[in-house]
Amino acid sequence: MSSTRGIKGPSRSSQHLHDEIARIAEQIRGYAKSYGLDPFDTSFELIDHDELNEVAAYGGFPTRYPHWRFGMHYEELEKGYSFGLQKIYELVINNDPCTAYLMKSNSLVDQKLVIAHVYGHSDFFKNSFWFAKTNRKMLDQMANHGTRLRRYVEKFGESVVEDFLDACMSVENLIDYHSMYTPKKRKSAEPIEDLERDKEVKKIRSKEYMDRFMNPPEFVQKQRKAIEDQLARKRKLPEEPEKDVLLFLLDYAPLDNWQRDVLAIVRDEAYYFAPQALTKIMNEGWASYWHSRIMTEKVLTDAEVVDYAEHHAGTMGTQPGVLNPYKLGIELYRDIEDRWNKGRFGPDWDRCDDMQRRRNWDMKLGLGRKKIFEIRRVHNDITFIDEFLTKEFCEEQKMFTYRHNPQTNRLEIADREFEKVKEQLLFRLTNMSYPVIRVDDGNFRNRGELKLTHEHAGLDLEAREARDTLKNLFRIWRRPVHIETQSEGEGKLLSFDGERQSEETIGGE
Amino acid sequence: MVKKIEKDYSRFRSIVRGKIKKELRKYITRGELIGKVGRNLVSIPIPQIQIPHFRNGNNPGGGVGQGPGDPGDPVDGGEPGAQPGAGDMPGEHLVEVDVSLDELAKILGEELALPNIKPKGSRTIQADKEKYTGIARSGPESLRHFKRTYREALKRSIAMGIYDAENPVVTPVRDDKRYRSWKVKEIPQNNAVIVYMMDVSGSMGDEQKEIVRIEAFWIDTWLRSQYKRIECRYIVHDAVAREVDQHTFYHVKESGGTKISSALQLCREIVERDFNPVEWNIYPFHFSDGDNWGSEDTRRCIELLENNIFPVSNIFCYGQVKSAYGSGQFKKDLDEHFGREDGRIITSEIRDREGIYDSIREFLGKGK
Repeated sequence: MSSTRGIKGPSRSSQHLHDEIARIAEQIRGYAKSYGLDPFDTSFELIDHDELNEVAAYGGFPTRYPHWRFGMHYEELEKGYSFGLQKIYELVINNDPCTAYLMKSNSLVDQKLVIAHVYGHSDFFKNSFWFAKTNRKMLDQMANHGTRLRRYVEKFGESVVEDFLDACMSVENLIDYHSMYTPKKRKSAEPIEDLERDKEVKKIRSKEYMDRFMNPPEFVQKQRKAIEDQLARKRKLPEEPEKDVLLFLLDYAPLDNWQRDVLAIVRDEAYYFAPQALTKIMNEGWASYWHSRIMTEKVLTDAEVVDYAEHHAGTMGTQPGVLNPYKLGIELYRDIEDRWNKGRFGPDWDRCDDMQRRRNWDMKLGLGRKKIFEIRRVHNDITFIDEFLTKEFCEEQKMFTYRHNPQTNRLEIADREFEKVKEQLLFRLTNMSYPVIRVDDGNFRNRGELKLTHEHAGLDLEAREARDTLKNLFRIWRRPVHIETQSEGEGKLLSFDGERQSEETIGGE
Repeated sequence: MVKKIEKDYSRFRSIVRGKIKKELRKYITRGELIGKVGRNLVSIPIPQIQIPHFRNGNNPGGGVGQGPGDPGDPVDGGEPGAQPGAGDMPGEHLVEVDVSLDELAKILGEELALPNIKPKGSRTIQADKEKYTGIARSGPESLRHFKRTYREALKRSIAMGIYDAENPVVTPVRDDKRYRSWKVKEIPQNNAVIVYMMDVSGSMGDEQKEIVRIEAFWIDTWLRSQYKRIECRYIVHDAVAREVDQHTFYHVKESGGTKISSALQLCREIVERDFNPVEWNIYPFHFSDGDNWGSEDTRRCIELLENNIFPVSNIFCYGQVKSAYGSGQFKKDLDEHFGREDGRIITSEIRDREGIYDSIREFLGKGK
């Protein structure tokens, strides 16, 4: 298929693949299956660092549409690699068949570890509910997006398309992460103008002299009022605040066809990537759990143990102030497995406050494996943490919350209390730590202006970026745009009308 | 194989370039760039190259971590107050981008509208070579590559199933067209020497020297882009002059009287000894606060300039940095004697850091 140009399919890749790697992959796949993993067919590509960095810069899709942001990302990666600051070992794409890129220069132990890790991801992609709605032919889809965008660039000019793309990317995070799973019964979008046209009261047809009797004025009056009311309600657009701002823009912004398509592409890709962000801890934890088991129980030769251990420890390393999703994930799975093996759950366990009994609690249920497989199928990071993070785990893992101390101007450990840690963690995970923003009114002030509302949850918007984002939003909406938010406890309406930024204080609540 | 990312990468670079251009004045007046020169690259912080989003501000920033420590212990391990990349605005987003000095010079040239220098001397062979090396999808019709275009059109019409072997008419559409593209190669073959002279007498303070330093950096950057080979010599003087290395030039602190003529005399000696004006483009730059030891010495300076320095130099530049103690008399004297229109000398007054930008334009704007 021409749309997959640039991606080497499994048949061609086997030419590139060292026979050795192919053999190892097959072997590891066997082990993975013996543990009950159920990965997609996975093809491995061995590529050099510059190619791998290129693929990574495109978010895993070498055929992705052109944009300078990817070039910027590439520079970062290349610099990081050449200065020895960072190295990507592998990149795995949620697609069926699954594609994984391996760095050619990895040592053989590294390759084994990475292949085992990839099968963990591949299983997760295939079986996690949160990925169920993603496009499994995304490699093709991305290539199509790329082709369409390149066509627009040729037709309308690079800077025109780029400007618009910049604007779309500026609002790409304004999607409803959960809408994929709860299809909304949105009424078909009825443009306001259509309603305006139907404003005339439908009269009963009659001869002119009879009209007064057939359609008495009071009746006509009442009908008109009813229509007006309905119109007023309809005019409130959206009828309910809409979190999928991009969808709203697609439906109602006065865009040219190509612009609508570009916006749709950006939205499409945002939704494709969203589950990976929703399950970062779970997904990395799962892959790490399995590479660790497969490697230590099946694959490693005596000579390889030390190298493996060093690599694994590097991946699991924690830095103060940074939460390592690999580490948190793998430890949680292990903790859960242990608890369900020993029956440390349920009301009896919860009620027991005899420390001695708790320490020796083992009902020999052996349900651990089953439990973690169930968890990887249904949970996302938020529910995972919410349900399985325990006080004991927090203590064992030495978790803490930190905050910025303005006096010393540094980050300091604030608390080790379980409730606080959990709350802070969940807060960080909510909405990918993006602010919650909804379209509130698409006909603000009855002038077709767009008003968003920021659901303030303790953190103000980054003001300077918010203003620039409004400017970008204006390029899409083409009428004045506003966002209602709070700044230092005061209600604010930030606006951009095409020329001027403004900020007005609105009534406190 | 040209990688696909190269195109996005160069697009990114050109945006960076535009950003730098827009804010060039700001960068020029900042001394910190010079400290960041390494391997002919400068790291330049670029504001807002990242695409803005609605994001949470980091006001009561915090999060969850893992590891030992008691409440109150710092988690970053850094020094207190060591906030990296402190801009003057909170929450400003800066990306550090490496820019080559060549590119910087080009931006400088474009933004200040600096004319390219016309080198003098017999060895001014400026070879421009255009080579048609590639194929592009757009270009002027005169460069259309017929064969390639035809081939594309043929491919497309076969693919579309409209090719008729009986009546093989192939009509190219816009998408099919291919054009020759070219690269220009320049081979400048000139040498230049810059002789920097600075008054380091007591009245030249640290700020004045910093201004000279910044200005010299930019002049250097520009001239380097214009000549293949550049040498720099440094002279400091108070009542006597001596030749020093670059580091000393910027850091030395002397005190005492000021005899500008001593520096000019030394400059003349250096040039006569090392640089044949037939082969070299010679740029003497002198910076001082304008104080000189009496009108007798000033007269001596003018003689030296007239008889020994002007004849061998492309241009003589005098930059007068304003200081609290300097009288600023020297520039006045020079201007009175030579007039503002003398093509052999440029004088410029640099009031403060903000003035550097305009001063560079004055010095380099003549294309000499």
